[in-house]
Amino acid sequence: MSRFALIWRKSLNIFMLTLTGVSALLVVSVLFLILGYLVVKGGTSLNWSFFTQLPKPVGEVGGGVANAIVGSLKLLLLAAIIGLPIGLLAGVYLAEFGGKPFGFTVRYTTDLLNGVPSIVIGMFAYAVAVLPVKHFSTFAGGFALGVMVIPITLRSTEEFLRAVPVSLREGAMALGASKWRTIATVVLPAARGGIITGMLLALARVAGETAPLLFTAFGNQFWSPGWSQPTSSLPLMVYTYAISAYPDWHRQAWAAGLVLLALVLVANVGTRMALNRGGATRGV
Amino acid sequence: MSSTATTFDSAAPPQTGPQAFIRRLRNGDEVAHIITLITAASILLITSALVYELWINSHLSRAKFGWAFLWTRTWDPVFENFGALPYIYGTIVTSIVALLIAVPLGLAAATFLAELAPRRLSDNVAFLIDLLAAVPSVIYGLLGMFIVVPMMRTTIGPGLKHAFGFLPIFQGPNYGVGFLTAGIILAIMVMPFIISVSREVLLTVPREQREAALALGATRWEATWKVVIPWARTGILGSIFLALARALGETMAVTMVIGNTPLISASLFSPGYSIASVIANEFKEATGDLYLSALVELGLVLFLVTFILNGLAQIMILTTDRMGRRS
Amino acid sequence: MSDMASASQGKEHVAAKLAPKVRAENVTSAPGKESRVRFQISNLNFFYGPKQAIFNLNLSIPVNKITALIGPSGCGKSTFLRTLNRMNETIRNTRFDGSILLDGQDIGNMDVVGLRKRVGMVFQRPNPFPKSIYENVAYGLRINGYKGRLSDLVEHSLRRAALWEEVKDYLHKSAFALSGGQQQRLCIARALAVDPEVLLLDEPCSALDPVTTAKIEELMFQLKDSCTMAIVTHNMQQAARASDYTAFMLDGKLIEHNETSRLFTTPSDPRTEAYITGRFG
Repeated sequence: MSRFALIWRKSLNIFMLTLTGVSALLVVSVLFLILGYLVVKGGTSLNWSFFTQLPKPVGEVGGGVANAIVGSLKLLLLAAIIGLPIGLLAGVYLAEFGGKPFGFTVRYTTDLLNGVPSIVIGMFAYAVAVLPVKHFSTFAGGFALGVMVIPITLRSTEEFLRAVPVSLREGAMALGASKWRTIATVVLPAARGGIITGMLLALARVAGETAPLLFTAFGNQFWSPGWSQPTSSLPLMVYTYAISAYPDWHRQAWAAGLVLLALVLVANVGTRMALNRGGATRGV
Repeated sequence: MSSTATTFDSAAPPQTGPQAFIRRLRNGDEVAHIITLITAASILLITSALVYELWINSHLSRAKFGWAFLWTRTWDPVFENFGALPYIYGTIVTSIVALLIAVPLGLAAATFLAELAPRRLSDNVAFLIDLLAAVPSVIYGLLGMFIVVPMMRTTIGPGLKHAFGFLPIFQGPNYGVGFLTAGIILAIMVMPFIISVSREVLLTVPREQREAALALGATRWEATWKVVIPWARTGILGSIFLALARALGETMAVTMVIGNTPLISASLFSPGYSIASVIANEFKEATGDLYLSALVELGLVLFLVTFILNGLAQIMILTTDRMGRRS
Repeated sequence: MSDMASASQGKEHVAAKLAPKVRAENVTSAPGKESRVRFQISNLNFFYGPKQAIFNLNLSIPVNKITALIGPSGCGKSTFLRTLNRMNETIRNTRFDGSILLDGQDIGNMDVVGLRKRVGMVFQRPNPFPKSIYENVAYGLRINGYKGRLSDLVEHSLRRAALWEEVKDYLHKSAFALSGGQQQRLCIARALAVDPEVLLLDEPCSALDPVTTAKIEELMFQLKDSCTMAIVTHNMQQAARASDYTAFMLDGKLIEHNETSRLFTTPSDPRTEAYITGRFG
């Protein structure tokens, strides 16, 4: 091979490798850019009244997102009640009892559900929870989010249950534990860390969703008592304020966005770090 | 039974003998099996209900327009004439733009993380990239609206026009919003998926492949480009399909920057509309059953396309995994 | 070993709460040889799906003695051991025919949970639960509805397993804080807690060092009076020094079964002789 060709190959090598490094750097910097921008644009608006007041009427300056925060919490609670038990128990089924054809179908369907665009889930929730009663509600929004929570929870539950070594199960069975007892008293506790992490991550994911709430929870400038009235939520508020024509609402959109992002990131970072540190072997 | 101590009452529940205990015990396992089975079946129920609702509620529109729905341009709520073409066009164009940006960048970053970076750095950066994937869609939309859109109007747009204005895609008026802006935002949103999956797929390529290439005198880049990536290409393609499925269904960020106008234009600066965006904007205000039905049909189209893409993606990613294990 | 001494003292202490340690030998009416036998296995054939792993095995396991099962890898000794407490049922597609009698009762007709309370098992690799030391030993007691002071029985089991002195101040620490040898003794204590009549040991020392192995062998010797034991072992010296009876298996068949001293000094089958002199396996 000629000397020139060799130099060319070596230069190309260094060039391309550097390029890949630059790309990685670029991608990571986007994350920090996002965070930075939100902090800069929204940080100054964060004060006590922002968290505790209701939105002011259109055009007026000031007000807060108290109802959006409460709304988000209520929606998350519903999503947890609807989605977590199903995801957990179905995950137990797939990991511990599942037979070939049925188990495979369930897993495949779950992956399918996971991939459905969130706005389509919103349409489904609309058909099921809004149409029959002819009004938007917190419940409908919670239902939509709950449906989204199911596949995420199921996947992580199944994965962490399968990771529990067979020797642990055999140890319990050799002592006379029946299958369900083994699962309840040995296998589930052993997988506890991963399963809880999966649940928290699922909730963090749906906490940021807007699309499925557009025609289920719908949004509300006021408090939403109970479960059968439309309600605001943080992501909905960010959206509504951002697309509005009022600069003050834009300011609040940044602040609300910062709060939302902070919560989501803290949940993600916190749970993943806890998972890496503790692992499945800690437990009582 | 030869009995041990009387300390255990496990031989029987208080009143009855061993038989009853056996029955109860078996029921315990049975009960657990049945409960978990029911919850698993409920997932099938929910998904079937979803498909059913989509199908039923789009019936009016499907009956009236048939297949022509997919290539009709008009969207006229007043005269009740609905066609999906502008939205399909908008969805496809923005997704293609997104992939054109995200795939090279994402693949390059994934290669760096899988091949070149030391393991700890790779893991930490992968973690940060997973965080990017967790950022809610509205936040991307917010940043898109207030940062990318003005930039497009003042800097990027004119710059592209100046350099490539002879291409039809860079001609026409530039308002800041439009296909290109939406494509850029989408690219940022799907890159984490491409990187994450591709990185994992690349890590499963057996070391012997790399070493064989290097032993023959290849440079690191040559080994990566000519041996490692081709080995993983099915899985990488899978990650691209996954990203595409994500991009197609993305709603909020796109709605905030695409311009929300049902236009079909060769220019990337033109405002447009995507399937998810029109549903998001018009669903609440749809008057009339046919209008609503048309929107549901759009949702059905979206569902089917993402279903197929996701299915293909799973198969591809699994194939690479098995290839790696076989050797 | 002080643990052993205090274990026997502990025995007296809790005698009021627990049954006498030396068991009644015979319960059923079967006369003759069976009166000194805990397990009677006749014409046992075992299948993993279509593949047969044990061929027409006939064996008796005597009460309060240690029976060793030896043979080369894959000869079926672990499979056979696991049929005795029906652990093979946890694997799909297995079946057996023939009869396995525990004190004259067919174990196939028994409630499997009750069987496993009477026939305990210690595995090749220590498999303590991710719980505290106390909770590990108490586990079997809890699920079997033990009524009484758990902590007394936990202590008693740990003494029987020669582990009490080493862990008595750390009962609530995680089991994983123990060394491999301690974990295995913990597993033994856990199995002993439910007071089984038989203890099955599947190569319990293969993952342990010689010193710990010696401790466990001594522990087995002390337990003999109150517990019938069957141990699968790869280590012929262990079989020779620790057991009363030895059974040699090859390719799923029982080749020879005799008192250990006789089998090792004057084996009657040439294959046995070949194995114990190290010509194969």
